[in-house]
Amino acid sequence: MSATVGPVAINTFREAVRDRVLYNLVLFALMMIGAAILVGEISIGIERLVIINLGLTAISIFGLVMAIFIGVGLVYKEIEKRTLYSLLAKPIRRWEFLVGKYAGLLLTLAVNTAFMTLGLAVALFYVGRHFERSDASILVAIYFILLEFALVTALALFFSCFTSPMLSTLYTLGIYITGVFADDIRSVGDFTRNPTILAVTRTLYYLVPNFHNFNAIAAAAHGTAIPFSLVWQNTLYAALYVALLLLAASAVFSRRNLK
Amino acid sequence: MSTPAIEILGLTKDFPVGFWGKRMRRSLDNLSFQVDEGEVFGFLGPNGAGKTTTMKLLMGLIFPTSGTARVRGSSIDDVEMHREIGYLPEQPYFYDYLTARELLDYYARFSNYSAADRRERVERFLERVGLAAAGDVQLRKFSKGMLQRAGIAQAILHDPPVVILDEPMSGLDPVGRREVRDIILELKKQGRTVFFSTHILSDAEMLCDRVAVLAGGKLQGVGAPGAIVSIKAHTMEILFEPREGRALPVGLAEHAARIGGRCRVEVPENGLYGALEQLRGCEARILSVSSVHPTLEDYFFRLVGGPAASRGIEEISR
Repeated sequence: MSATVGPVAINTFREAVRDRVLYNLVLFALMMIGAAILVGEISIGIERLVIINLGLTAISIFGLVMAIFIGVGLVYKEIEKRTLYSLLAKPIRRWEFLVGKYAGLLLTLAVNTAFMTLGLAVALFYVGRHFERSDASILVAIYFILLEFALVTALALFFSCFTSPMLSTLYTLGIYITGVFADDIRSVGDFTRNPTILAVTRTLYYLVPNFHNFNAIAAAAHGTAIPFSLVWQNTLYAALYVALLLLAASAVFSRRNLK
Repeated sequence: MSTPAIEILGLTKDFPVGFWGKRMRRSLDNLSFQVDEGEVFGFLGPNGAGKTTTMKLLMGLIFPTSGTARVRGSSIDDVEMHREIGYLPEQPYFYDYLTARELLDYYARFSNYSAADRRERVERFLERVGLAAAGDVQLRKFSKGMLQRAGIAQAILHDPPVVILDEPMSGLDPVGRREVRDIILELKKQGRTVFFSTHILSDAEMLCDRVAVLAGGKLQGVGAPGAIVSIKAHTMEILFEPREGRALPVGLAEHAARIGGRCRVEVPENGLYGALEQLRGCEARILSVSSVHPTLEDYFFRLVGGPAASRGIEEISR
């Protein structure tokens, strides 16, 4: 990390830790313990499936909530509280500040996800007393979840550069939901054969990030191998999308008057 | 001729107003002046005069509608020139989850010091602004005065040759103001340029080599505090005891103020001899004759109450 991006990222991580953001881990741990005990009692043979499904879904939801709710305030809060004034008086470019804030939140999400993954592993070991080779697909599913966080955080940061947290939340959430159902939206357009609807659904399909591709929870739960091609395709897709969003955020923010 | 520390060339700033932002409000109108190296330069003006706008433009926090500025010869668009500037924003607010020590360490990281240098520097500047004992206290527990001191520490932490302070005395008690004055004088002694805005005119008069007065977004005057006030013609004060039973000349009687058995009258410098002749004519005893020096405060209030301020901020259409 560059000499200016690094300190901003670490400070953003420190803010999240001191604002007790990682307390959600306690909730996650309690949920995993409860679920492990409960499924041990009521399900026969599908404990692993239930635990993996529940664990990965919780990791995804907890992280998304953090990415959106912290992400939309990343820039806005700094402007509102005027903490940005002293910072931008240092030799730091606005895009470096943005990348630093982005990297800081991503670091927070990665640490949070790492702890939750550990919790999931403990719960899995509790119900099965062993790990299987196919459990590697759980790690791939978690990697995809992290890519999803990277995209959502970039979206939230982009909106945070020019609008209020409330609107940023609405926009980010709206794009996320549209992205999750991107394939279905495209199918609806194809099905109606109405040229206007088709144009709208096609535009939406190509414009919003396709979050459906990042969902490998079912494959991980069933122990299905995830092809390597999907791993690099998703990585490249997320990297390109994030780069575009950060570029757009920088373009907007670099000419913004900080009143 | 040496490069000026700060050179402002026709800076103009319009802000959009209204829901659609169609109308523009001019906050700063064609401002030009320069601050020389090693000067303590005061920036005076009432609220809304454009002082903070000017400083934000210099720091690249907002962008000019037209005009430009240079700091030590570098354009304000060049972020690298921030290495040469220390800036204290108006009513500074910092990351309140950090301690003062962590805050200074954070800002010092942007100046490429080694870890050992950073530590030494942070301790030295905490000491310098009187926050050494509160170094490990989170900023959310700081008083306004303590925040201001932390703000000054972060502004001068990297030994910048140019220090820009927006209302550094604001919200400070007399002791705090004295400490800030001492810091400014020390910076001057070190050969640094200090450009600061203030409402406290006595501080400006005491500290500044030169001042600029701004009202309604327009520059009203630049110069040494003494020179700027001497724009007005001097007046003379005559203190005298009128002779019992003798009436004062009409021209003087209406301007004279009685203080016990004495009278005080102010006359223009060029009317002094005439006034003295008249007083002698009515057998008044002249006690003293002295020159009345207008203060910066007199000048400031004349401007604020004058046409420049009453024009207010100009609204223009797009």
